[in-house]
Amino acid sequence: MLTIKNLHASIEGTPILRGINLEVKAGEVHAIMGPNGSGKSTLASVLAGREEYEVTEGEVIFQGKDLLELAPEVRAREGVFLAFQYPVEIPGVSTTNFLRTAVNQVREYRGLPSLDAVKFLSVMKEKMKLVEIDQKLLSRSLNEGFSGGEKKRNEIFQMAMLEPILAILDETDSGLDIDALRIVSNGVNKLKSDRTATIVVTHYQRLLDYITPDFVHVLFNGRIVKSGTKELAMELEEKGYDWIKEEVNAASV
Amino acid sequence: MDQRRSECRFRLIPVFTDNLLKSMTITTKNNLLDSFLSQVPNHTSFSEMRAFSKDFLEKNGLPAAKEEEYKFTAITKKLEKAIDDFSLAKKTDLSSDLIKSHLFDGFEGDLLVFNNGNFEKEFSSISNIGYNLSLISESKPDLLGKIANKERDPFVALNNASFEDGVYLKVLKNQKVENPILFLFLNQANHGQVINSRILIEVEDNAEVTFLENSISLGDEVYFSNEVTEIKVGKNTQVHYNRLQNESKNAITVNNSETDIHRDAVFTSVVISISGDMVRNNLSLNLLDSGCEGNMYGLYLLNGKTHVDNHTNVDHTKPHAQSNELYKGIMADSSRGVFNGKIFVRQDAQKTNAFQQNNNILLSEDAIVNTKPQLEIWADDVKCSHGCTTGQLDEEALFYLRARGLGKDQAKGFLLYAFAGEVMEKIADEAFRTHVINLVESRLGSNF
Repeated sequence: MLTIKNLHASIEGTPILRGINLEVKAGEVHAIMGPNGSGKSTLASVLAGREEYEVTEGEVIFQGKDLLELAPEVRAREGVFLAFQYPVEIPGVSTTNFLRTAVNQVREYRGLPSLDAVKFLSVMKEKMKLVEIDQKLLSRSLNEGFSGGEKKRNEIFQMAMLEPILAILDETDSGLDIDALRIVSNGVNKLKSDRTATIVVTHYQRLLDYITPDFVHVLFNGRIVKSGTKELAMELEEKGYDWIKEEVNAASV
Repeated sequence: MDQRRSECRFRLIPVFTDNLLKSMTITTKNNLLDSFLSQVPNHTSFSEMRAFSKDFLEKNGLPAAKEEEYKFTAITKKLEKAIDDFSLAKKTDLSSDLIKSHLFDGFEGDLLVFNNGNFEKEFSSISNIGYNLSLISESKPDLLGKIANKERDPFVALNNASFEDGVYLKVLKNQKVENPILFLFLNQANHGQVINSRILIEVEDNAEVTFLENSISLGDEVYFSNEVTEIKVGKNTQVHYNRLQNESKNAITVNNSETDIHRDAVFTSVVISISGDMVRNNLSLNLLDSGCEGNMYGLYLLNGKTHVDNHTNVDHTKPHAQSNELYKGIMADSSRGVFNGKIFVRQDAQKTNAFQQNNNILLSEDAIVNTKPQLEIWADDVKCSHGCTTGQLDEEALFYLRARGLGKDQAKGFLLYAFAGEVMEKIADEAFRTHVINLVESRLGSNF
């Protein structure tokens, strides 16, 4: 579904990603871990099409298409979803209103009829249960005055509404208490299918107790320096990242 | 370099330069003013007011380039360039169909049509339920000229000196006028480019009324419209005044609107400016007693070379009064917005609450906004706040919306609409609000 080959990206001339290779197949969950500043969020942002980043080398093929050629909105319509690390507060734009436009844009792109207000509401009600989100929250301005947990739940709710093929969760667990983490993870798990894939970017192993990854990759200095299974995440939790850094440094000498 | 050279000349022949400069300014002043005033027929009514204003104008002239109040809006220069025919614009041909085509969907209310500033009785529909309408020339109200400060702005004085006629609308005591009253200004300069309009509104105690005002150009010809609206809102009244300025790209407009607000009354003004060449709004609220509230909301949505200047002035004179102000602007192309908000709190006006906010979004590198809060507070127990922001569209928010599948223009539209919506929702009449929202929305996508 997704093939990343030798991806290099920089921001304002500073290289952040220095040759990422990754293959994600339908039905898989990949966890991307790594110390602060290793490039995890950059990878998520580049995949979603954030314009501040400049891709200097490499390619990303999504469902047979050159993803890097596509505008962010086209990527979204193709089925890429980024759950933001810091969801943006947008005063004056109601979640319901905006989401209906978004859903219908995506449906139109996929050749589906648009949802009228009534149908949209019934779909919304169903998806709301997934992340235990309150309708009152959704009639308010997008993320405005939401708590951290509410914002993250709203991200997963939007994901449920947009039905992506590839979901990228950028530190969705950061700053969540255990209850919120459970709710968010439940939502993600329920949305998983053998046609979709998930990339979970996280700093903490804790999230992986709730969302079981098929693969765990460690990102360091803009490269994937180690890949493994869930056990690798356990090891990282136990020993921290220093041994990885040492391994990398030793290899490069 | 140039500056040094001129200083040098000044030092060498100071007397000559000084005199020359003086006589030059006076000549330009008088040329333009004379052109205006020479067109004024001899009026017998309000002769004292007219003479006073004429005298004031002759002394002070129209705003000079350096005049603080008109620093960013070179209106005099604009008029000198644009206006050749200083006579009053004659009535243009109207028909009921034409008027109908300029009414917005769902309009239900009384209609007052103005043809180049002249009241058109035959095209208007006046129920006179809860209010009385008369021509100023017939009723000769004593109140006329007593509200608008004729010493503050030369354009008020110019209207005072030269207006032909206007309407006097009196809302009667304890009446609630159910439907809104719409002032429809249809402007088209033919044979004469000057339009004067004059409105006097008196709302008696305990009454409630909503006014709508829509200014529309019927052609692209250059004209100068100088409007004066005086409003007295009596004790315990609720008055909404909603104004839409949507004139041609060649229209020059000065709107002077001043309101006296009496005890426990609430007056709300909403001004939406979306087109014109140069528009200057002088909006003044005088909070004359305790318990009264003055609200001023404005939205300017500018493109091309449109220049809109909102000068607002609120005068707190007595304790326990409140004022709220929110003006928002979106500027594209090489348009220019000016906001100047004066809040005056007199020594007597303890326990005043006064809030002011001005926010601007610049969509292009060539767009300009000049914003200036001006607070003068003489009382010591008050709550006053002001703030202004100017920035571009929030890139992070734009990306967020696009990442969910909204096209770039659509995402931009959403954000701009959210920004502008806060002002539009203050419009009191639903049909008018919908009309404004539709006009604004059509501008917020790809074809701003």
